[in-house]
Amino acid sequence: MDSNEFIKNFAAQFDDTDASEFTLETQFRELDEWSSLNALAILNMIGKKYSVVLKPEEMKPTNTVQELFDLVQSKIS
Amino acid sequence: MIWYNQKLAKMNPFSLTGKTILVTGASSGIGRAIAVACSQSGAMLIITGRNEARLLETFSMLEGDNHQQITADLTSSVELEKLVESLPKLDGLVNNAGIAKPLLLQFVENEDVDDVLQINALVPIHLTRLVLQHKKLNKTASLVYISSINGNNCAYIGSSIYAASKSALTGFMKGVALELAPRGIRANCINPGMIETDLLKDGVGEDELEKDRLKYPLKRYGKAEEVAYAAVYLLSDATQWITGTNLLIDGGYTLQ
Repeated sequence: MDSNEFIKNFAAQFDDTDASEFTLETQFRELDEWSSLNALAILNMIGKKYSVVLKPEEMKPTNTVQELFDLVQSKIS
Repeated sequence: MIWYNQKLAKMNPFSLTGKTILVTGASSGIGRAIAVACSQSGAMLIITGRNEARLLETFSMLEGDNHQQITADLTSSVELEKLVESLPKLDGLVNNAGIAKPLLLQFVENEDVDDVLQINALVPIHLTRLVLQHKKLNKTASLVYISSINGNNCAYIGSSIYAASKSALTGFMKGVALELAPRGIRANCINPGMIETDLLKDGVGEDELEKDRLKYPLKRYGKAEEVAYAAVYLLSDATQWITGTNLLIDGGYTLQ
């Protein structure tokens, strides 16, 4: 699983934050536009792009893109 | 005492004694609750579902004798036709089998649309058509469709296809109700709000659920048996003059 591609897929779920602002360190819950709608979009994205079905409560403890990446990675391997 | 109960059952307009009723999607959730409640009300049940083990579990919960269980995938036209051919004459048909896929429209693909529309709308349409064509409905039979508030009374984020499937079901029910009225056959929908079932728990977190429950004026989600009692009502002779209606069971949710 490629982290750069994950960041790109992650960033695509946001409308107002520029894609170039996203890194593995991004604290996504701190973004101005963060809402439950983004959370659903990210869960859907992970389901479709990585065939990993995450429950919202599994995603809840993650705060950075890295943490979410690790979580998805752990479900794949 | 037994004599007394039998007499009461005979007089009770809400009783399903002597009625043969088919329930689809009976292996879990609302379908299971409907099958059990119908059996408790005296009906002879034919239950179908895709999961054999869970269907058997429902079967073991039924009260009374002479029930049948048929494991079938109703999305297969061959299995659907086979099921209908094997049926006795029905007094009631509960189209309950359904799926939900929480997906924002931007993530929806062809197969997601196909799956949801097929199970939630096309299967009930074809099943109704086939029981009619194979003359499996008794006079004054009652057709019940488990629809939803979603698509009929309100909508939710991430469920536009589900909403489309449920309002399709409601439109279909109305046509059926009108067309079969001359034979005394009735068709009605039940529109439940959120019901505590496994289907629900698959997609959403417990915290979110708790917040959502509080949006209901009655401060909770519905119970599967509360939908089941409505199905028993619509299947019973108490509702012989009710057809083409949508019975709302939503804890007051759509009042707001």
